Amino acid sequence: MPDLAKMHDAEKRLQPGKEYIGVARIDGPLIFIEKTHPVGYRELVECVDDQGALRLGMVLDTSDEAVVVQVFEGTQGLTLPGTRLRFRGKPLELGVSAKMLGRVFNGLGEPIDGGPAPFAEAELNVNGKPINPTARAYPKDFIQTGISAIDGMNTLIRGQKLPIFSGNGLPHNELAAQIARQAKIRGGKSEFAVVFAAMGVKHDVSQFFIKSFEETGTLENVALFLSLADDPSIERLITPRTALTLAEHLAFEHNMHVLVILTDMSNYCESLREISTIRGEIPSRKGYPGYLYSDLAELYERSGMIKGFTGSITQLPILTMPNDDISHPIPDLTGYITEGQIVFEREMHSRGIYPPVAGLPSLSRLMKDGIGGGMTRDDHPHLASQLFAAYSYVKDVRNLASVIGEEELTPLDHQYLEFGEFFERSFVTQKSDEDRTIEQTLDMGWDCLRKLPREELHRMSEEELDARFEG
Amino acid sequence: MKERIIGQIKRINGPVIIAGGVTDAMMLELVRVGETRIVGEIIKLESGRAVIQVYEDTTGLTPGENIYGSGMPLSVELGPGLIGTIYDGIQRPLEEILKISNQFIERGIDLPALNRDKKWRFTPAALKPGTPVEGGMVIGAVVETERVTHRVMVPPNVSGTLVSLAGEGDYTIEEKIAEVETGGAKQPLAMLQRWPIRVQRPARRRLIPEVPLITGQRVIDTLFPLAKGGTVAIPGGFGTGKTMTQHAIAKWCDAEIIVYIGCGERGNEMTDVLVEFPKLIDPRTGRSLMERTILIANTSNMPVSAREASIYTGVTLAEYFRDQGYHVAVMADSTSRWAEALRELSGRMEEMPAEEGFPAYLPTRVAEFYERAGNMETLAGLNGSVSIIGAVSPPGGDFSEPVTQHTKRFVRCFWGLDRQLANARHYPAISWLESYSEYLLDVTPWWEQRVGPSWAADRTEIMDLLQREVRLNQVVKLVGPDALPDSQRFILEVCTMFKNAFLQQNAFDDVDRFSNVEKQMKMLAIILTYWRRGREAIRRGLTLVKLKRMKALADVVKMKFTVPNDQLDRFDKLQARLERALDQVESLYA
Repeated sequence: MPDLAKMHDAEKRLQPGKEYIGVARIDGPLIFIEKTHPVGYRELVECVDDQGALRLGMVLDTSDEAVVVQVFEGTQGLTLPGTRLRFRGKPLELGVSAKMLGRVFNGLGEPIDGGPAPFAEAELNVNGKPINPTARAYPKDFIQTGISAIDGMNTLIRGQKLPIFSGNGLPHNELAAQIARQAKIRGGKSEFAVVFAAMGVKHDVSQFFIKSFEETGTLENVALFLSLADDPSIERLITPRTALTLAEHLAFEHNMHVLVILTDMSNYCESLREISTIRGEIPSRKGYPGYLYSDLAELYERSGMIKGFTGSITQLPILTMPNDDISHPIPDLTGYITEGQIVFEREMHSRGIYPPVAGLPSLSRLMKDGIGGGMTRDDHPHLASQLFAAYSYVKDVRNLASVIGEEELTPLDHQYLEFGEFFERSFVTQKSDEDRTIEQTLDMGWDCLRKLPREELHRMSEEELDARFEG
Repeated sequence: MKERIIGQIKRINGPVIIAGGVTDAMMLELVRVGETRIVGEIIKLESGRAVIQVYEDTTGLTPGENIYGSGMPLSVELGPGLIGTIYDGIQRPLEEILKISNQFIERGIDLPALNRDKKWRFTPAALKPGTPVEGGMVIGAVVETERVTHRVMVPPNVSGTLVSLAGEGDYTIEEKIAEVETGGAKQPLAMLQRWPIRVQRPARRRLIPEVPLITGQRVIDTLFPLAKGGTVAIPGGFGTGKTMTQHAIAKWCDAEIIVYIGCGERGNEMTDVLVEFPKLIDPRTGRSLMERTILIANTSNMPVSAREASIYTGVTLAEYFRDQGYHVAVMADSTSRWAEALRELSGRMEEMPAEEGFPAYLPTRVAEFYERAGNMETLAGLNGSVSIIGAVSPPGGDFSEPVTQHTKRFVRCFWGLDRQLANARHYPAISWLESYSEYLLDVTPWWEQRVGPSWAADRTEIMDLLQREVRLNQVVKLVGPDALPDSQRFILEVCTMFKNAFLQQNAFDDVDRFSNVEKQMKMLAIILTYWRRGREAIRRGLTLVKLKRMKALADVVKMKFTVPNDQLDRFDKLQARLERALDQVESLYA
């Protein structure tokens, strides 16, 4: 039936011109419309209100009877008879360009800094496509952030997705800004860009980031996508996707090394739950939809390196753990997808330690392949492992001390306490503008270990101890 | 059957499509949806309506588009060429896709799983025309890789009389290699066969799993052994090392074929396997590990319904090699993502949820999957097995959630990963308190005959010590270690040594990453010597402080790194040294 198929095609081309006036139902950010032409799943929708203002939306559910549209800019002020809809026949696309660096956009990728929209080099579907696992190159290039708690213990690798699990009132923004300022590949010079996506964060937070980029003169290398706290919550669902679409373009068309900062993923998940509830879907844990994992994976997996391309995408998502609970679905599912996590500890923050990176639950999964001789320094793997082991014992000793009192501890345990204190105060603690080289970081690690007797250091080899312990 | 139009799209909701106008369709039939020909499967039939689960992104599909039925259930292709290949959840070859597409996976790609043009050297079995043949019978062989000889079998559902068998020569997988007369009709056979993924392949009978699957991981082989043909679950929160443990087993276990299913996990983890496995050499055969490995990659950002299918695709490939008389190990990482895919699809179909939104049939599906493992006598009378090692990712690391609980009901071995151990970077973080193995009694004779007659007794002794340590630690938490007498502090001391020197294993150390059974047994013996003789010495009045001063102890702690698998006599020397040192300190108090 070739003719039939052709007719179908011709009809399809004409349909995007059709405009529908009046909708059947409006519920939160969702519009229900009946008796349309066949509308594609996830198609882009233009929605015009009584005043003639244009809003964008996306098809969430389509059948030959009714279509459900989610309006990104919210449905406030829309009326049932006066709302006009146009289905565009294609999914939401973002016009991407290297000229977008140095500019500020809203969550949908429209400029909000007063400038004109940059001329698009390509129109890309914001939903992206899964990377073929066989096309990926395994990330193993060490990024020096200049922060000891990260470089020494939870090394960031180019192409990694490493989230910061934080809490309200903790300095995650300071740390993210510090990483964005200081991150560099040693010995290499390459084009570096930052894509910053803000979802539901406060105005002052976005100001903080802009100011921090301005001060270091890196603003022309940064593209900002802002969907702030007072923007419609639904826009947040599209913000990370537009940001990552640009990041992919910069990394794989312009061969840039892109650092993507996504803040705050908790707000993104809240919006997802909101939409899911309005649609009447069956909830899983804490009211979040069952597909939260897949949805987050769609975002986080858009990072990495690809064979044959020099560019890369490194993701630094920030999320605030509700009530500091790491087993809450948002951090929990994130941790299952990302390649490690930097966990903040409120107690350390209260003691004035910056960055308050919790020693034990923090982890970088890609660290093992990016450290050691030729990459950082040959003693790094064992040193990190030894510091972890010793610090873990410190935690045990502290628990014990809180029950039986410090006086009752053995002399060795006292040494461990001293080590723990020194480790937190000298190795972990640093100023928010302090940029340490990896050698400085590792030497400081050895300074910590010297607080312990040599025979306690099971994880170091004799040669390493001979070479560095006495030094 | 020829492709035909079976209906039109009525509704699209994510990966679930409702088709209307359906009169002639089969349950679980493979279909292609719309003009982009996206792959799907019919999962529900009502009068005039069908519910289709689609294995690719449905963006842009519109109601009214045609649905094409294939007349077949969703099946995998079986034949030479499987080994060393990486497939997606519905057996599309990802490396071939990369050649015709770009770095992203486009939709509607239709590529055969096995290469049609490659010629394989076929060696026929010594069978004369006229011989009666049955399903599963081996009619020839192909050397697929240096270490895997692919045995070509009569499909399980074919039996009759052999009419002809091709001579030795090079054939493609579609060329006729044999002809069988079945009930008057002549049926040609090629090396290529198909099998529906949701149907278990038949075997003659189940055998008791008595041979341990040696993984080279000491905590597993010595404390919680898995048998060939057994099932095990590895539950653990994120960062506790599920994938690390799975990788270590896939690398070093003594199965002949490995099927590694990356189900809803990270893309980079599959890349890691792809980069690392070809470089690693199997200590038993001296060949590259990739020559025994099949990868199924359905990463977390690939379509959810293909994730549901990937588990079955993997286990069907495993069964096929089992039928050839091989011992196959299946790693499923992670079964929780598979269960979540079930939940998502169930939700989209608006089914009534049971616990935590999971469908009520979750336990049935879990049971069906794990029951496909087993030690079998195959249709050809060979011995082959499928062992399933399933990772479970409980939300919040809480083992009381439905997937962990239901999995526990259907597996006989349980390696619980512990957050505290992982935080202390004690890997593998398999908890010795929560884990268990029901295969212990089954495999004891093997260990005692092959390795050492005291295996079971030694194992019991060290497990007992670990239990006593827990109780003592409760006391220590209240009053501090100084309050304990030396005899009890010595138990803590030995347990600490056992954990550091034996249980912890460094997957990245060339010597330590794999221990053969003899090394495991000797290491355990040395630690137990320290325990037994040390206990005696302390009873006679030696102080713990003096006992700990023995120089030989430092070598005991590091023996896992210093003594390779092929220099076991050095353990005997170490043992002798330790005994001499003990003699010496004891003599002071004799």
